Amino acid sequence: MAGQHTITIKAGGSEKDYWKDLWLNRQLLWILSKRDISVRYKQTLLGVAWSVLRPLATMIVMVFVFSYLAKIKSDPGVPYPLMVLSGLTIWTFFSNTFTQISNSILINSNLVSKVYFPRLLMPLSSIAVGFVDFLITFGIFLLLTFFFRHPISWQIVFLPCFILLTFITSLGFGLFFAVLNVRFRDIGQLIPFLVQVGMYACPVAYSSTLAQGTWFEKYYNLNPLVGIIDGFRWCLLGDQAYFNPQSLYSTAVLSLIILILSLIYFRRKENTFVDHI
Amino acid sequence: MPVIVAENISKKYIIDHQRKTGSPSLRDIVTDTMNKWFSGKRNDAGFAEKEEFWALRDVNFSIDQGDRIGIVGHNGAGKSTLLKILSRITEPTTGQIKINGRIASLLEVGTGFHPELTGRENIFLNGAILGMSKSEIRQSFDAIVDFAGVEKFLDTPVKRYSSGMYVRLGFAIAAHLNPEILIVDEVLAVGDTEFQKKCLGKMRDVSESGRTLLFVSHNLTAIQALCNKSFYFEKGRLIDQGETTHIITNYLSKVSHKMLEKHWDNIENAPGNDQVRIKSFRLIPDYQDDLRHIDVRTPVSFEFEFWNLIEDANLNLSMHLYTFTGECIFNVGTQSESFAKGLVSGKCELPGNFLNDGSYVVSMMIVKDTSTVLYNMEEALVFDIEDYRENVTWYGKWPGYIRPQLNFSIRQIEHAVND
Repeated sequence: MAGQHTITIKAGGSEKDYWKDLWLNRQLLWILSKRDISVRYKQTLLGVAWSVLRPLATMIVMVFVFSYLAKIKSDPGVPYPLMVLSGLTIWTFFSNTFTQISNSILINSNLVSKVYFPRLLMPLSSIAVGFVDFLITFGIFLLLTFFFRHPISWQIVFLPCFILLTFITSLGFGLFFAVLNVRFRDIGQLIPFLVQVGMYACPVAYSSTLAQGTWFEKYYNLNPLVGIIDGFRWCLLGDQAYFNPQSLYSTAVLSLIILILSLIYFRRKENTFVDHI
Repeated sequence: MPVIVAENISKKYIIDHQRKTGSPSLRDIVTDTMNKWFSGKRNDAGFAEKEEFWALRDVNFSIDQGDRIGIVGHNGAGKSTLLKILSRITEPTTGQIKINGRIASLLEVGTGFHPELTGRENIFLNGAILGMSKSEIRQSFDAIVDFAGVEKFLDTPVKRYSSGMYVRLGFAIAAHLNPEILIVDEVLAVGDTEFQKKCLGKMRDVSESGRTLLFVSHNLTAIQALCNKSFYFEKGRLIDQGETTHIITNYLSKVSHKMLEKHWDNIENAPGNDQVRIKSFRLIPDYQDDLRHIDVRTPVSFEFEFWNLIEDANLNLSMHLYTFTGECIFNVGTQSESFAKGLVSGKCELPGNFLNDGSYVVSMMIVKDTSTVLYNMEEALVFDIEDYRENVTWYGKWPGYIRPQLNFSIRQIEHAVND
């Protein structure tokens, strides 16, 4: 019972022990993640089937609209459905986690106002649901590659890097919006819109070769997700899929900078969340 | 050795008079900024009417290990803000607190319970939220289930629980926390008497095992029973601290007894919200003799008036009467009726020879559709009832909350035979 556990509370005194606290609370992170996952499928008729149906249906619609109607070509040697589904897999992972993170503080407002733990646990735990969905979609993708008899390339070993990058990027954007969301409820309206626009701004339904040589190429590549999606595809579909490894450096640096800035912003605001909820 | 040392703690809130609730929308910020740019000054209708409010002001104290501190004070005195700061839910504006030891706070029963999850799942979830490790929870799992009495419903989602079961489970988990410092806020306000006794017992165990307890309650009896020292807060300041009996006597004597009437002429500054506003609440005694005071014989009536601001509202009134130490004596409600916009009044008559002598606190609730509380006017009136006895030669304190005159007779049924 000796008081080895000493804390000091003061204004703006985001204690030096924050990261240690976060580590000590890792069990809570796990439990909150598990809660989100099990709550998600309770009281739904189709349960986990939703995670299979949604990406499949989106893919079919996209194949119909972009390939069949608009006659957009995929990279040579890559079946269009596979190109769409690979892009969709990683984009959905990004957009789901981004949305969940942005809403994480408000959704857990009952906790924020009644109990203390490092607030960063809420955005972190909200990633779990998106990740489970990602794994399911990824499984569907693998099945489809057998169906189209497209060989899995050796580059698949780089896949974890791109998943990590996606994670960093969604956390970077998500944390920033999570803080804004507490302050301004309008942000809640803005997020689905951003996600919708984002899907077209990123090479999900088309190959980014289409942007090559255009006047906006420079700006297009500033979007960190362009490099991530291209790279993710390259890992799965091999060299036939377009990927400019150069873009990876700017993507990684940019994502990290965004994450660090967002983290600083989040840390500065988290202790006053409760006053705005 | 002090386990908590607080120096110059203050907490400031900004109250925005323009918006009653919620966060500012982006539009407010944008229009305000635009106005600032274009007119060169702040727009009066926008952001200007902000007022600082100090929920706590220059609070200093030191708590030793094993102390059981009761915190008393009126609503809005800063008690809850202090607990929130100690629990690290919000930061103080100035000052600092040093805490030695693992701290757990129970500001609500069943924090983070998810309605869709089963009792079992929620025990682990809530335990983790309150800071227990998985192995700690597993160790006390059976004890928790036993204490709450929910064995049969462990695998039922808690949304199917009765409110009593919900509260019991929530408290049971919290009761098995093993912190060095435990902070408890008014959790006894819920649950039935039996359960409250159980809770108090558990809290006594905690305090007797040498741990430190901070306890906020309106129930002075509970504070007296549990706490050896007390803090008395008024308007954000810690105005007195010391032994519990001393503090409670002080608190009771300082509180202005006899708030027999409250009224507001102007709807603008009347308490309430955009649905109802209070016009007046008064207690009218029907004095029985020339002495102008209320005693146990005096019938009194409560008259309440409010402005109803919603068209065709189904409203009823619900009145609570509390003892001064916070026990509820009764709760009465009117029938629910439909009212048009405008002034509405209610009246409740309390017969003489009903309440015992003492100090009483009345609160009045306006309820819509028999379930939604539109406004709760807490501690609205305070009144004293003096003692009065006839033909009695005993002057001890008359026991009980009420002192009704019932048909209670005594008679001789048989005479002993005289020989």
